[in-house]
Amino acid sequence: MTRSAVTALLPLIILALTSIAVMLAIAVRRSHRAAVIISLAGLVAAFVSLWPASSVAPVPIMSLLIIDRYALVYMGVVLAASTALILLSHTYLAARSEHKEEFYLLLLLATTGSMALAASSHMVSVFLSLELLSISLYALIAYPRSEPLALEAGIKYLVLAASSSAFLLFGFAVMFVAEGNMDFRPVSATVTAGTTPLAYLAGVVLVITGIGFKLAVVPFHLWTPDVYQGAPLPVTAFVATVSKGGVFAFLLRWLQWRSADDKALVIILTILAIASMLAGNLLALRQTNIKRLLAYSSIAHMGYFLVAVIAGGSLGRAAATYYFAAYVVTILGAFGCLLALSDSNREAESFDDIRGLFWRSPVLASVFTAMLLSLAGIPLTAGFLGKFYVFTAGTSAATWALITILIVSSTIGLVYYLRIIVAMFSELERGESTSSRTTPGVLAELSLAVLTLALFVLGVYPGPLWHAIRTAAAF
Amino acid sequence: MVLLWLVLIPLIGGILCLTAGRGNARAPRWIAIAAISLDLMLTATLWAGTPGSGWWRQFDRSWIPEFGIRFHLALDGFSLSLLLLTFFLGLMSILASWNEITERVAFFHFNLLWVLAGIAGVFLSVDLFLFYLFWELMLVPMYFLIGIWGHGRKIYAAIKFFLFTQISGLLMLAAIVALAILYQQKSGSYSFELDALRNLPLSPGAGRILMLGFFAAFAVKLPAIPFHTWLPDAHTEAPTAGSVVLAGLLLKTGAYGLIRFVLPLFPDAAGEFAPAMMALGVAGVLYGAFMAVAQSDLKRLIAYTSVSHMGFVLIGIFAGNPTALTGAFIQMISHGISTGALFIIAGALQQRMHTREIARMGGLWQTVPALSGAAFFFIMASVGLPGLGDFVGEFLVLLGTFQTHAVVATLATVGIIVATLYGLRLTAKVFQGPNSRDWVLPDLFPREWVVAVCMMAGLLWLGLYPQSFIDMFKAVVQQPVQAASSVDLARR
Repeated sequence: MTRSAVTALLPLIILALTSIAVMLAIAVRRSHRAAVIISLAGLVAAFVSLWPASSVAPVPIMSLLIIDRYALVYMGVVLAASTALILLSHTYLAARSEHKEEFYLLLLLATTGSMALAASSHMVSVFLSLELLSISLYALIAYPRSEPLALEAGIKYLVLAASSSAFLLFGFAVMFVAEGNMDFRPVSATVTAGTTPLAYLAGVVLVITGIGFKLAVVPFHLWTPDVYQGAPLPVTAFVATVSKGGVFAFLLRWLQWRSADDKALVIILTILAIASMLAGNLLALRQTNIKRLLAYSSIAHMGYFLVAVIAGGSLGRAAATYYFAAYVVTILGAFGCLLALSDSNREAESFDDIRGLFWRSPVLASVFTAMLLSLAGIPLTAGFLGKFYVFTAGTSAATWALITILIVSSTIGLVYYLRIIVAMFSELERGESTSSRTTPGVLAELSLAVLTLALFVLGVYPGPLWHAIRTAAAF
Repeated sequence: MVLLWLVLIPLIGGILCLTAGRGNARAPRWIAIAAISLDLMLTATLWAGTPGSGWWRQFDRSWIPEFGIRFHLALDGFSLSLLLLTFFLGLMSILASWNEITERVAFFHFNLLWVLAGIAGVFLSVDLFLFYLFWELMLVPMYFLIGIWGHGRKIYAAIKFFLFTQISGLLMLAAIVALAILYQQKSGSYSFELDALRNLPLSPGAGRILMLGFFAAFAVKLPAIPFHTWLPDAHTEAPTAGSVVLAGLLLKTGAYGLIRFVLPLFPDAAGEFAPAMMALGVAGVLYGAFMAVAQSDLKRLIAYTSVSHMGFVLIGIFAGNPTALTGAFIQMISHGISTGALFIIAGALQQRMHTREIARMGGLWQTVPALSGAAFFFIMASVGLPGLGDFVGEFLVLLGTFQTHAVVATLATVGIIVATLYGLRLTAKVFQGPNSRDWVLPDLFPREWVVAVCMMAGLLWLGLYPQSFIDMFKAVVQQPVQAASSVDLARR
């Protein structure tokens, strides 16, 4: 292995070593504090090592991985998200009695999987990193073993994720038969536009099924509401952000390598995007549980993301990536607020938990409002610029049907975001007890503040990040 | 730089209100008054300054260079007069809600100031992206104003208002982005600048579709029939300050957008659609006026008169005639004052009587003579009594339109007759006749006197010396109308 390869792999290596360190630390002595410190140190070190890695990029690691700036951007977002997540959920976990140290171990492993997925260029590496991510998630979702809802969610995710992996694997096999190559890179593209053998098409459909499940686009979304609701809040936030990041990166790369004028693929993705945007937003309207509501909203957001993916080209890729970064900041902030509101016995997830929040703790309510407005795509927030880039990408590719659906469905979406905001600003009935809440803790407050700042910076001053993404996405 | 401050002062003032307002109900009011007065004075000095040609003042910074988006504010006579109206009505609405708002005073004034900042931004931006940003920015605080301090079905009204504006706004955003991309295909780089896009040659088909995208946003705000259904709900349920800002200012942003963006960007398409637009305008004039006659709720009645008056504005904009366009402009300003004043009167009555039902009123002149007199003055202004602002606006619109589209002008005149009907009916039912329910109410407070007198003065000024505003509008009248009317001539 050459020196540059090691440098390029540093983020992955550091994170893998960190998870081993956490495991060893648990074996020596259980200490929540130690687990948190080691994980945070590892995540920060991995984040810092992105810069040396980017100085040598792009570096192909055999035919398995390719570490280029594009992969590094995704790794950066995923690492930052995991760091924020640990800071946000630290107090939440501390208040719970079960073993909490393994949570960090699993979190680090899943993050590693997501990062490796962003850099994968070969069927084997894609499958391995996806499984690393999924298997850690099974355990994470069912982490509170005493709660039936979490167990149900865990089992549901296990069954569906395993079968979707099977679809993916079968799709890979079929494509291997059609093309005789397991490498995704364009050198191997023997299928030219116009000639579409049935086997190849079947392979594509199967792979899209597998990916669609991970991204939770309609009609592969059925697990989402239950898992979002049943999983503990930090894990729900993880599922919404980190676990999707790697899959995003892979999807964009794969489409690029598959050549953009692949008609069948575009039609399939368009149907998925339209169905996700409409179904996600319409189903979210009827929800009374905020975690479920955010689950449906995430389905709709995957639809928006697909609009940029379908637009393709380096503009579409950059727009999709920016959208993802903005979405991560926003959804982490939203779940962070719910985490801050949860007490040691139960999570804040119903409308009653947040009713009149603005008059109880105005700062937290304002932060949550900002996050919701960003999800709705109101200017000055990251979500708006993300949507603007998606708009621009879609419009320059002249995908008018998608743009129209995007407009209609995001207006529908506004209704339920406003419902949450209305609940926060409605009058609190006298005598209602709201004092049982614990304080979110300094670390959580700090990371919420950083997320809020990031929300507005990304919404007002997109220059640096957009520039980084744009250069990275021009592969 | 001064343009940036015009937007920043209310924003900063709003934050100051929040921080100063903890447990102190007086401080936010005075901070809000100070901020808006400062803005009003700045605007007035700009007016007194050098009225040149082109943009009088500019503030231009690069913002998102990859897409050619600039933070570009610019001021000419048109935007200046609307800014004057904005800050004037802002001041009036703070004064009018002095006693009405007693809960969460700090947050109320924060929202009010931020709405005003958003509106000022809309009137100043000449970068389309920035325009859209301010356009949406004024929604959120307005939503809170209606949703928290409103009456009755306030949540319903607030959400309806937000959704109507949002979907139409997104259509406009799509049109804006499409324009920028067309520009990029022609010239190689993106631009959202009004002055750059103005010269973009568009194919007729593209022009039509894009114009409709813009029109959707502006027609909802204006409102033009059939996009008006949010208006009666929002105006009725909003607190007084909210109604004043909605009727006086938010509606004007729609008309402003049509004149500032639609006419210069799509002269051909605007000419082509002019008959349809004028038909919508006439429909609005008549429908609004007839609906106003039938209302039993005082604020709802005033809300429908807005639909009627803004119909005149729509006619004037698309008549393709400089006189009519000038009339639309005067009508925008004077409708802002007269309807704003009527909402303040309605708010004052509601606060005293705890009802808006016209049937429960009557004979108020005996117990509140000063308030009734003021109300009568504003009703007469709204009906179009010569000597007051609305008369000048409507007269110029009809005069100009008659030269090009006699039928439209004739039909619209019927609206004025119906206006007399609702105006006199309102006066008779509420203020005249016997005080059969024995209302005994306090008359105008000194603070309300100030508000009433200021607004009367404004209407008289517009009615007696409209030239001072017409002069400011002159430069704007020339370019778009030439284009629109030349198309019009070519079609004959």
